[in-house]
Amino acid sequence: MGNLLNNMITPEFFFSIFRISAPILYATLAAIVVEKAGFSNIGLEGLMMFSALFGSLASYYSGSWFIGFLAALVVGVAMSLLMGFFAFQLKTDIILVGIAINMMGSGGTLFLCKVITGITEGKAMASTTGLITSGLCIPNINIPIIGSIPFIGRVISGHSLLTYLAFVLCFLTSLMLYRTSLGLNIRAVGENHNAAASVGVSVLKIKYIAIGFSGLMSGFGGAFMSMSYAQGWSLDMVAGRGFIALAAQAMGGGECFGGMLSSLLFGFAQALGIKFSAVGLDSNLASPIPYAITIISLAIFGIIRKQKAKKPRTES
Amino acid sequence: MAEEYVVQMKKIEKVYSNGVAANQGVDFNLKKGEIHALMGENGAGKSTLMKMLFGMEQPTSGEIVINGESVVLSSPSVAISKGIGMVHQHFMLVPSLSVAENMVLGMAPRKGLFVDRAKCVEITKEYSEKFNLHVEPEMRVADIPVGMKQKVEILKALVRGAKILILDEPTAVLTAQETQELFKELISLKDQGYTIVFISHKLNEIKEITNRITIMRNGRSMWVYETEKVTKEEISRLMVGRDVVLNVQKDEAKPADTVLKVRDLEYVNEWNKKMLDHVSFDVRKGEILGIAGVEGNGQKELIDMLFSMDTPDSGSAEVQGKSIIGINQQKIREMGVSLVPEDRMLYGIAGKATIEENVISDRSGSKKLNNGPLFNMKAIHELSEQLVKDYTVLCKSPKQQVGMLSGGNIQKVVVAREFSNDPVLILADQPTRGIDVGATEFIRKKLVELSRSGIAVLLVSADLAEVMELSDSLIVMHDGKIVAYFEDTKKLTDEEMGEYMLGLKEQSPEEIGRVCHE
Repeated sequence: MGNLLNNMITPEFFFSIFRISAPILYATLAAIVVEKAGFSNIGLEGLMMFSALFGSLASYYSGSWFIGFLAALVVGVAMSLLMGFFAFQLKTDIILVGIAINMMGSGGTLFLCKVITGITEGKAMASTTGLITSGLCIPNINIPIIGSIPFIGRVISGHSLLTYLAFVLCFLTSLMLYRTSLGLNIRAVGENHNAAASVGVSVLKIKYIAIGFSGLMSGFGGAFMSMSYAQGWSLDMVAGRGFIALAAQAMGGGECFGGMLSSLLFGFAQALGIKFSAVGLDSNLASPIPYAITIISLAIFGIIRKQKAKKPRTES
Repeated sequence: MAEEYVVQMKKIEKVYSNGVAANQGVDFNLKKGEIHALMGENGAGKSTLMKMLFGMEQPTSGEIVINGESVVLSSPSVAISKGIGMVHQHFMLVPSLSVAENMVLGMAPRKGLFVDRAKCVEITKEYSEKFNLHVEPEMRVADIPVGMKQKVEILKALVRGAKILILDEPTAVLTAQETQELFKELISLKDQGYTIVFISHKLNEIKEITNRITIMRNGRSMWVYETEKVTKEEISRLMVGRDVVLNVQKDEAKPADTVLKVRDLEYVNEWNKKMLDHVSFDVRKGEILGIAGVEGNGQKELIDMLFSMDTPDSGSAEVQGKSIIGINQQKIREMGVSLVPEDRMLYGIAGKATIEENVISDRSGSKKLNNGPLFNMKAIHELSEQLVKDYTVLCKSPKQQVGMLSGGNIQKVVVAREFSNDPVLILADQPTRGIDVGATEFIRKKLVELSRSGIAVLLVSADLAEVMELSDSLIVMHDGKIVAYFEDTKKLTDEEMGEYMLGLKEQSPEEIGRVCHE
């Protein structure tokens, strides 16, 4: 146990919490905005898979991480708008559309990867289930002064550009939701779309914007996965982060700041799982830890919320 | 002459895709600076007409002229841009947003990228003061009282430049004080040149504040009057006249023991409005007791209490001496109470289930229909075949989905179930609303037949003809109270009924008390 603690209280451990939390935070922001607009996008996992693949592919062919990054964003947004088209205009159940995207994101991405690259087993840059693009990663940033502070510097500095961006976007998303007329419209549509429509707000447009935003965030998350977290793309590499984000959205009370804390909690859980295996715990025991924490914290959160709801509302 | 009108709706026809003609050749005119009452029974076509004026529905034919210009109101936004605002009966507000945010929704003032919150509040205050409609700009709509929500709705319309305001039953949710406040505000708006359409059933209110009245009946605009030139009695007669005389033969009722005994039921709803006010009555074996009244005067709440969908604040209700307050529906059914619910699609049937499944849904656990843990399919088939035959449900087979049937046949399925389980008391809430003539006649005959065989029937209906023809005796509800009891419905005239329904008259407590047969 002492061994574990020694292993935990290190800058590397805290550094890893932020690193692991970033993609979850992106997906959480996506979930928050669509929930505010009154629906759920359970297809975040699939969207991130597609973005991860196309980010990787585009950087692989162009030789530029930036082009790969842009491709990831474009694919995320395009796929999400397609989801919106199926759900809002062809009137398919949005949950079913989400499931379809998730399934395509798993099997379909590998298929596309093989078709597009023509990669067969044994070639240099690839394996059966992946695409290696080391050297084309999104750059890490060393913050000049903070970086030199002992301990804290090593926790905060040196992250990927996208890790910093996740936390900046968390703040910006909150601003968008609560300080702009777009955010006002999104919240109005989510709560009472008749009210919004009756004053001339286009409900359809707002829903498209919301789902497009979720695609954009999934694009960031996907790009981070294949171009920073790992050095290349591999099958099912998003590994449930899109679903964990849905839990983080709920646990954070549907708000950006709460969602960020929840993402960090899940990041901590995963980092802990990794640490446990590092100190010699059987990986079969260590790997369920993040998921167990997810379930336990959701249960605790549920109980707290229930007790809050019991309290009589104060009348004005 | 035409320019004196700000709105002219000419020969408006509206036929819905299901073939219902809601408006037939309606003419409706508004003069600038008047409060104009639009009256008529439920289903007379008032709401449809106003929805067309607010661009929520499109007329099938006819013309709408606003300020002398012929317009097509293709959406509420277009109507808003033409200076029309509507305050819906169910508020169009977003509860978690503040009053100010609701005010500017869709047109929020900006400062750079952001919503200028101070400006939102400022605009709200400005309009609030200008029109003397007091609201709290920074409070969340969820936390403000109903009266203030309505003011927010009115201000919302005004801030968008409305010159013509449509208020759909604005006083239905208000307390007496709030109503008086609203009237003052409306009169002040009128004095400033605004035109107001006021939809209401309440004659006193109409007489108090309106200048002119249009009365609709059966989808047509029948009469237009200057309010001061017509008496309340005349209005009520015009509104609730009967057009069709039904022909249901029935023998003299021979009421026996009391089955349902209701005493002093009281219920205050979530907006602090008293919906049931000391309601007491008896229903006896072998009689049909009708409840007449304009919708929303407590009938719905009464049925909810009697079938335990809600719990009264005080009072008692007993079926054959046993209380039915707050016990579950299965228990109530076991005591022999049947319900033909008002909303058949929501409470009457499961649309995707078969006729067979629907007719056995109240008795699926009975020994007759089960073999140990499994259904006795043969018995179920026999029962449903029999019911389909007895109740002349038009269907391919009892295995057909109920939702695929016509309204009348769906109602027959509901009735088949509710009437066939040996009830002692039938609660029939709008049993023939919106169904065809054949099914209507069938259900009415069945109700009479059952009552004559010794079952107690409580009939709630907004259809005046129905409630007057079918009931042996009748109570009238107004504002949550029983305001009249008529022992013999045959002696009653439409005019008399109308006066009680619209709250012009009220019987003495002694007269009303006769409905308790003790």
